[in-house]
Amino acid sequence: MIYGLRDLMPGSEHEVKVISRRFDLPNSASIDTYLANEGYQAFLKARKMTQDEIIEEVKKSGLRGRGGAGFSTGMKWSFVPKNIQKPRYIVCNADESEPGTCKDRLLMQFDPHEIIEGMMIAGLAIDAHKGFIYIRGEYRFLIEIVEKAIDEAYARGWLGKNIQGTGFDFDCVAHSGAGAYECGEESALLESLEGKRGIPRIRPPFPAVAGLYQSPTILNNVETFATVPAIILKGGDWYHALGTPKNGGTKLTNISGHVKRPGCYELPLGISLRKAIYEVAGGMEGDKKIKAIIPGGSSTPMLVPDQLDTPMDFDSMAKQGTFLGSGGLVVMNEDTCMVEVALRVMRFYSHESCGWCIPCREGTTWLKKMLTRFHAGGGEERDINLINELAQAMLGRTFCPLGDAAAMPMISAVKHFRADFEAHLNGNKCPYEGRQ
Amino acid sequence: MPELVKFKLNDKELTAEKGTLLIEAARQNGVEIPAFCYYPGLSLQAACRMCLVDIEKRPKLATACTEPVMEGMVVWSDNEKIHTARKTTLEFLLTNHPLDCPVCDKGGECELQDMVFRYGAGGSRFVEEKLHVPEQKWSPVVYYDAPRCILCYRCIRICNEGMGVGALGLNYRGVNSEIVPNKGDHLECEECGMCIDICPVGALTSGAYRYQTRPWEMTYVATPCAHCGDGCKVTLSVRNNQIMRGNNRDASGLNGEFLCIKGRYGYDFTHSAERITKPRVRKNDELVECTWTEAIAAAAAGLKAAKTHGVIGSTHTTNEENFFLQKFARQGLKTPHIDHRRSADFPALMDALAGRPATPSALATSRDVLEAPAVLLIGNNPTDQHPMLAWNIRTAVRLRKQHLYIVNRASIPLVAQAEAAKIAKAGEEIEELERFRDALAKEKDVVIIFGSEVKGADITKLVAFGDTLPGHTRYIALADNANSRGAVDMGVLPDLGPGYQPAAQAGMALDEMLAGNLEAFLIVGANPARRYLIQAGKAFVVVQDMFLTETAQIADVLLPSAGPYEKGGTVTNTYGEVQRQKLGLLVNGAKTDLEILSLIARAMGFDLGAANAATQSNEVFEEIRRSVKGYNIAAAALWTGSAVPAVTLNGAVPHRDRPDLIASSNDTLFTSGTLGRYCSALSAVAEAKERKNPEGIGK
Repeated sequence: MIYGLRDLMPGSEHEVKVISRRFDLPNSASIDTYLANEGYQAFLKARKMTQDEIIEEVKKSGLRGRGGAGFSTGMKWSFVPKNIQKPRYIVCNADESEPGTCKDRLLMQFDPHEIIEGMMIAGLAIDAHKGFIYIRGEYRFLIEIVEKAIDEAYARGWLGKNIQGTGFDFDCVAHSGAGAYECGEESALLESLEGKRGIPRIRPPFPAVAGLYQSPTILNNVETFATVPAIILKGGDWYHALGTPKNGGTKLTNISGHVKRPGCYELPLGISLRKAIYEVAGGMEGDKKIKAIIPGGSSTPMLVPDQLDTPMDFDSMAKQGTFLGSGGLVVMNEDTCMVEVALRVMRFYSHESCGWCIPCREGTTWLKKMLTRFHAGGGEERDINLINELAQAMLGRTFCPLGDAAAMPMISAVKHFRADFEAHLNGNKCPYEGRQ
Repeated sequence: MPELVKFKLNDKELTAEKGTLLIEAARQNGVEIPAFCYYPGLSLQAACRMCLVDIEKRPKLATACTEPVMEGMVVWSDNEKIHTARKTTLEFLLTNHPLDCPVCDKGGECELQDMVFRYGAGGSRFVEEKLHVPEQKWSPVVYYDAPRCILCYRCIRICNEGMGVGALGLNYRGVNSEIVPNKGDHLECEECGMCIDICPVGALTSGAYRYQTRPWEMTYVATPCAHCGDGCKVTLSVRNNQIMRGNNRDASGLNGEFLCIKGRYGYDFTHSAERITKPRVRKNDELVECTWTEAIAAAAAGLKAAKTHGVIGSTHTTNEENFFLQKFARQGLKTPHIDHRRSADFPALMDALAGRPATPSALATSRDVLEAPAVLLIGNNPTDQHPMLAWNIRTAVRLRKQHLYIVNRASIPLVAQAEAAKIAKAGEEIEELERFRDALAKEKDVVIIFGSEVKGADITKLVAFGDTLPGHTRYIALADNANSRGAVDMGVLPDLGPGYQPAAQAGMALDEMLAGNLEAFLIVGANPARRYLIQAGKAFVVVQDMFLTETAQIADVLLPSAGPYEKGGTVTNTYGEVQRQKLGLLVNGAKTDLEILSLIARAMGFDLGAANAATQSNEVFEEIRRSVKGYNIAAAALWTGSAVPAVTLNGAVPHRDRPDLIASSNDTLFTSGTLGRYCSALSAVAEAKERKNPEGIGK
């Protein structure tokens, strides 16, 4: 079943619609709708700007990578060396797989041209003429939509040679992943795109210098690229003012879990967790109490109700020891078994660990096995500390951030919810069974 | 001069060449940073996380295998943080690694065991169930036990990068990741077994060795391999006078890491059931077993009774044996008719290069191939005929950007590494070189390597071509067997004595002897009957051999000789590098060819000097050092295991050109002349059936 827009985006008065502004239009994914609503105008505008002017505008907007790391997009673009006799590439990371995150799919489903245009502008900024959209393998239906959009753009002269007589050439290809979470990591994505096994690369060099086929590459998330046309059209300053001083603009935020109106909302950065949960998402289902919040996808350390007034932006989240991440907010109520949450998360990471490095490969599996036993009532006192110790042993020592992603939620689960773990000891069955 | 940088390691001020990886810089300064996946010369992985170090101002620990040392860098590899990191990484590894060390082949020589001993925890906190998958047989000589595998990817890289074969890959992901043959369930490769040697644990084991013994029950003898002319060192693992295993554990030879299937598995001819262990004499047209006393007496009597003698030497016996054999022929039997099966025209090469200085030599060593900026290969298929040479070329191309140029009658695997390759018609190789003239003129120094396709006058032309190149041009002639070069150097030729000195009286060449009317033959370690029709019964034939070969079957006296792993002495590889052969074991009943020759000489009353009195090869070697031009080499270096080049450029070599006698036997990786028939692993692997050298090569 393919969900309609309302199922996915229930809507809220707190939304500030920038990248999702066309979603409501009929046939929003079609090039006609796009062209009738400012579509590809940003490209034409950018074509008249210099490369430095484009990058400067993006810098001014304060746009930070929407894939989760939050690195300044303008900075990233400026790292591409100017005098290299190699082709340059634009790669769009559409391998959205972080549990709790389902925002890029909306952009691909409802406004794919916005992504293509963003990539074209990036192409102008670094003189690249080829773009790849690497789409998560499980998003099969989206590949068709994106490919259709690409075909339309070619047919209407918005892709290909001498686009609209501007003298600029740009080709775009959609490529399907094969079902590995790891390929959302940028260097693993590049390996996979090159037809190799999806394992991360040793860095440096970074993709800006030696990315796809060892050539300078701009690699950004779907949402990041989708934001670029609006920035060019309306100005970096305008976009920046939508958010907080150091966290410009808006962000597609997915709110899921035990809330009344789960879904995806485009919210200005800096909105508080409390507001997002209680006003945007309509509060808790059955008006139960909040027990834990995953702020930005399953890999981010969990927050507790005391931290509800934290603004949802990169820096404020960092102050609380967690991350804004991909914007996948998961809210859990008081009847949630945190041991089971930890187990679910670890089952995911153990399944998705690529196996390249020892601490991640063996650590996630060990933790999964132990949590399975623990949740089933076979736990011992010492296991609780061991969960923390094993997670600490993975943290910062793995080849890529997947190990950290698996370790951090374990550390926060033990730190905040030790009582839940202790309640499973002595052969007790899960105290939360049947309570949801 | 390379730029040096200063850095601090564990509070000590150290220096290293700029750009050196931290793990290497530490090692050069005597500090071990442990690692599984890091392997010098192979691509970097940063996968095992054992080499994590603490670098000042870095929030996270960094892998020493990927960090180039920088000026002013402050590093700790020995603090509490690192100890904990290593301990937990090892603990992680042991969660799924079976603790079957008591029965594992690798137990006692396992890197994981050593690491856990040095850096690991005493106990484990892992109480969950371990993963298990059944062991797989990939080929008769390679087995894979996935649970033991720690996924360091060394095997994949050595096969891809070192061998250029790429037979191995990785399947599945996460904890289920498995090394797999790229052909599914079996290997289609060169069966070199490099993956087994490089495996730090017991995941890859040898079909020829597994579950037979423990490493500490064996003694280890590193000695030159018995097969091709490259002169790799193989480490024989010997227990109770039996070779249990061949591998490259010693890694002290000029082959470095490398060993091919023949070196690794081609030792079991030593224990073949077909070995002759008792002398035989012909009685009523039948070879019947007898005592050594009886056999030696019969040989001496037969040889004495004959008026004309032909002597045929071997390309497998030692320098001492060949030296003594030509002495036996020329001084004892007083016959000029002595020869062996030739596969490279060394006399023509030495003659063409006559008058050149000893240093820098116009002859290249195997090491020179590794370091040369450019190599021109004419003829031959090193991948099959000289696997170490192929390895050296691949390594130099990969790591040193060596330029390889190939002229051959057919395409060979090394073309993949070549800068340029040309197919030439037979006999037109030298003309074809003109096509490379411009490119070669731009190279700094070129090593020219040629197979048996280039011989006689072509060698003179080749050297003339080489002389027109601007750099220092050096040459290598490729000969088939372990001591093919030694046989020539020791004067087992009708026209030349030892050291390329003209023989007092020129004799008949191999084909002439066998077609002539000589009354007696002494054939040592050779099987000419395989190629030539020898009329049994006409002449008195004494054969010294390990097996009942075609030639041995027509013998009147058959004397069982010891194999190359059963005696001391020296051998000279095709590059002219002399190496000491070490006694590995004794096989009951057999005697070394030197001892047999000495016994016959004594029985015939010959006075052949030191060797007559002693069967010890050392004394013969001393005589070689004293009397053979170019062999006055550093004995100390030789005795301590080094390969020492003989200096065989000593003026003009007046020789009789017989290019028709020079041909390679075109062995593949899975054949080794007569010897290869008795190596079970060579014929057991599936690849042996299909393997052939391309048409026209080696003739």
